Amino acid sequence: MRHTLSLFLTLTAFWGLMSGHNSILMLLLGAVSITCVLYIAHRMDVVDHESQPIHLSLKIFGYFLWLFKELVIANMAVVKSIWLGNASISPVLVTIKSSQVTDVGKVIYANSITMTPGTVTVDLVGDRLTVHALFQHNVEVLNTGEMDRRVCHLESKC
Amino acid sequence: MTFDTITIFSFISAIFLLIGSFLCISGGVGILRFPDFYTRMHAVGVTDTLAAAMILIGLILQSPNSLVLIKLLIILVVTLFINPTASHALAKTAIHNGLMPMVIKHDHDKMIIAKKEGKSSNRS
Amino acid sequence: MLIAATLAILVVMILAIIRAILGPTLYDRILAVNMFGTKTVLLLSLLGFVMGRPEFLDIAIVYVLINFISVIAILRYSDSFKLQGSDIKPSDQGGKNDV
Repeated sequence: MRHTLSLFLTLTAFWGLMSGHNSILMLLLGAVSITCVLYIAHRMDVVDHESQPIHLSLKIFGYFLWLFKELVIANMAVVKSIWLGNASISPVLVTIKSSQVTDVGKVIYANSITMTPGTVTVDLVGDRLTVHALFQHNVEVLNTGEMDRRVCHLESKC
Repeated sequence: MTFDTITIFSFISAIFLLIGSFLCISGGVGILRFPDFYTRMHAVGVTDTLAAAMILIGLILQSPNSLVLIKLLIILVVTLFINPTASHALAKTAIHNGLMPMVIKHDHDKMIIAKKEGKSSNRS
Repeated sequence: MLIAATLAILVVMILAIIRAILGPTLYDRILAVNMFGTKTVLLLSLLGFVMGRPEFLDIAIVYVLINFISVIAILRYSDSFKLQGSDIKPSDQGGKNDV
């Protein structure tokens, strides 16, 4: 029920922002389309804690700030190696272990790795991630496990 | 010499746009210079994350009203969420169809592990 | 500054097209097209400001979503059908260990 309410509020806000009209006809059409989307989403059985992760919403902003800091550092390294040329890169393909238990946690971890330039998650099987990294240094940073620990902290369970 | 807020905002916005343009051109050079597909993907990652964020933040600082600001924020958030997913799908499809990455020599044991996984997993 | 950023984006789009034409494998081309799409979104946002027409932002939002769906669709399609250029030649492989 909470997830349906969250989806409803998101859709209402989106419709209100995108339309910008508030005549009766427009509001009625908006209500009809929101109802249609809610019905289709229920039929597809996708309204759950995975598509509406509201249990993460308190801690996620601190995580995003930390991720943005990491993003800037990684970008500077990649841009430097672009202008220095091919001699400065050392691409590796490694498998690392993730300690999250839920699917949402694993996806957040894998997507965070992909989002930071210099590391791309190539495959995710069970709790093993195959990561392609542009530098050897990136793998050492991942192996210290700070991002892993922060995603665990985000979900309050490992 | 007086500074009103509009001038300061447009100055900061110009700095953001300049950084964003530089990062974009760096990514464009990177996609031509890097030796194989997986390394090119990292160059595209630069233009997809920080360069897009810088240009959109520069535009947010110039936005005339709140509706434009919120639309730019939606574009920023959606871009940051969607692009890693597309990169991951592309890398996964490439490695499942047998495109092996170029790796350095002294990491030999880990390279063998990666090759084994890439060959054995043929599911879609 | 807006004009300069627009020109920079246009240059990057040209570089992406060059990679899409050169690209030895199919995946290089898809990567270049994906990058072209995200740059189109930025170009649309910038053009909205240059021309003073904020309606372009709506088109930009729609373009983000269409770009994502088209990339996913062509990846699914290349999984189940053989596209031209999707077979990997030995010359395209890495593993020469010469970096």
